[in-house]
Amino acid sequence: MKHTLQQVFRSGKFVVGFSIFVAILLIVIIYPLIITDSPLEIIAQGTFFPPGIYVNAYDSIDSATHYTLKLDDAAAKRIASKLNEDDRLAMQEWLVASGIPENEIDTADTPKLLDQWENNFDPKKKIDGMTNAKRNYYIRLDASVDGILSTEGAIIAAKNPDTGALEEKGIIEQSDYVNVREVPNIRVLLLGTDNFGRDVLTELVSATGVSLQIGFVAGIVATLIGLTLGLLAGYVGGLVDDATMFVANLFTVIPSFVLLVLISFSIGQEKRGATTIAVVIGLTSWVWTARAVRSQVLSLRHRDHVNLSKLSGHSIVHIILTDILPYIASYVVMALILQISSGILAEAGLSILGLGPKTTEVPTLGLMMNWAMIYQSHILGKWWALFPVIFTIALISFSLNLMNTGLDQVFNPTIRD
Amino acid sequence: MKGYRKYFLNKLGWFSVTLVAAFLLNFILPRLMPGDPVAAIVARLAQGMSDATGVQAIYQQYSDLFGTNKPMHEQFFLYVRNVARGDFGFSFSQYPRTVADVIASSIWWTLILQLPAILVGWLIGNFLGALAAYRKGIFDKILMPFSIFASGLPAFGMAIVLLVVLGVNLGWFPTSGGYGFDMIPNRSWDFLWSAFVHYQLPFWSIVLIIIGGQAIGMRSMAIYELNADYVKYARFMGIKDRKILRYVFRNAMLPQITGLALSIGTMVGGALVAETIFSYPGLGSTILTAVKGGDYPLISATALIITLMVLITTFIIEMLYGFIDPRIKAAQSED
Repeated sequence: MKHTLQQVFRSGKFVVGFSIFVAILLIVIIYPLIITDSPLEIIAQGTFFPPGIYVNAYDSIDSATHYTLKLDDAAAKRIASKLNEDDRLAMQEWLVASGIPENEIDTADTPKLLDQWENNFDPKKKIDGMTNAKRNYYIRLDASVDGILSTEGAIIAAKNPDTGALEEKGIIEQSDYVNVREVPNIRVLLLGTDNFGRDVLTELVSATGVSLQIGFVAGIVATLIGLTLGLLAGYVGGLVDDATMFVANLFTVIPSFVLLVLISFSIGQEKRGATTIAVVIGLTSWVWTARAVRSQVLSLRHRDHVNLSKLSGHSIVHIILTDILPYIASYVVMALILQISSGILAEAGLSILGLGPKTTEVPTLGLMMNWAMIYQSHILGKWWALFPVIFTIALISFSLNLMNTGLDQVFNPTIRD
Repeated sequence: MKGYRKYFLNKLGWFSVTLVAAFLLNFILPRLMPGDPVAAIVARLAQGMSDATGVQAIYQQYSDLFGTNKPMHEQFFLYVRNVARGDFGFSFSQYPRTVADVIASSIWWTLILQLPAILVGWLIGNFLGALAAYRKGIFDKILMPFSIFASGLPAFGMAIVLLVVLGVNLGWFPTSGGYGFDMIPNRSWDFLWSAFVHYQLPFWSIVLIIIGGQAIGMRSMAIYELNADYVKYARFMGIKDRKILRYVFRNAMLPQITGLALSIGTMVGGALVAETIFSYPGLGSTILTAVKGGDYPLISATALIITLMVLITTFIIEMLYGFIDPRIKAAQSED
């Protein structure tokens, strides 16, 4: 046993796959201990906030001390964030269309450009061939560049509760800064929020955990059934073998995924918990394990040590457990790994079709994708709601497949590189 | 030849029994689903009708039409008789279209998408796998992890990645449907071009997945064969590498052919998801709408067609297999 393990951990492929898998497991276990927010809590009003650090605007204005920093490029950066290269070109286009010669316009000279713009822009003016969307864009642009060159600070005012009049509370200069460490409310959303306004990263970690559990349950159910039937069919033979192989053939002919869709639809949305789905996946995917185990057992059945055991009068159970199982153990472990990986994929596939576990209790990787797809995140370019999930699924199944390939090479020396 | 005939008859017998059992299951399973689809149709038709006896009469009429008020075994024999005449009855969810009509309009999309994609993926995958086993070195080092990653990526994952990158960001291909939404299927060049452009994303998403899996399988088979005694012997004899390779790959190919037969069955499942993501008008989308609408006749018929496709391909391939590799036949006739 010790020797086998040593051999296994000397295989580069296995070690890489194993490390990735353990890393994922550790993240799933440790992350909730550090960040205790509920994964399904809706924190954002609105859909798909982009990833980033969210600093409370009220707190930063209200902060006790404001630090004055004299930075030369601050104004330029402020202008650039409101007026980028495309906007300048669009302005030039408008100005040319309204009759200013092109050589008089310099898009790099901000004050002059804005001056020309202010003097010439007229939202009511119709330009031939301009779409309504484009006209609205110009109106928005005009609003956003309004007062962009001003060097005055902004005045904070609050309503007097008695008179209802605005009273000046203070002024924020353009050179005022706040130290982020002094702002009490900051939320880091590394992967933004999803369509419901939930923190994608926290949800993703929790979903990975649930999906792994589904994979484990489905894999163990499928492997146990497949192993038992495969052992019986291969060793006992005869009628048991025929019956098992017949059922296995049936399952091959009716694709298991179609069966899965039928069953999970029949269970109904209300009763579909994560565990139910996992068991159903296990029940429909044992077939190839049974086939593979059977063919392994067939090749072992007439070995000398099995015959000897039979002659010594051991029972069938004893022979299977001590003379056959140890020889196919490595194979069964490999089959289990593949079943776990395909169980996770099956859950994701089911959920994408809207037939996965019900949505209110736990997140799963498939459900996250399902929601992101329903809310069109892929069309809208909200990559953070969809791509991290696909990447996680791919990474899990990559690590499991890599472990499997590594094991395969350890136990079948002929296919080693 | 006598051995082959015995092998053939034996296989044929097994396939017939499997077909009958699959037929039975295809009939029973969808009918075990909860919910009354006839009631759903009647509710749709009798909207705004307040006369209870009228609604009852409509319900009665449709139950008679669909035969859902008869006991299960009677329904089954009726179904067998109708299917034997090629009549699959009405689709519940798309009434008054018949099941045959619904399937006829969707099956070609699936066949034209799936078969070429599976074959192309299989050929490229096997070629790359064999090349990796033979060339080794850097080519192998790059191809292997890529293949493991690609084959581990779920079919829908690949579909979504292609959809976002090529369809949405680059805008090279349309993102959904089997043809332009402003068109009606016809034989004009415009329509064919539109169908061709819509074909690309689902096609390549299936091909890329298959390449990965096949390359891994072929690589290990080819390495196994390259180390076999007959190869060493042939090398000692001074036979040219090119000639040896032909034998090696012919032998390594055998298990891959079985893999092809089995993958056709599983592909339909993967296709179900890929077709839904691209809203492709094939069998996958049909099954899904049928399941969601509790449409027994349509589910039974689509499942039956898939069953038949898998059975026939498996049968043909096993027949060819017995022909190509005499060892299989011998092993079978011993049992």
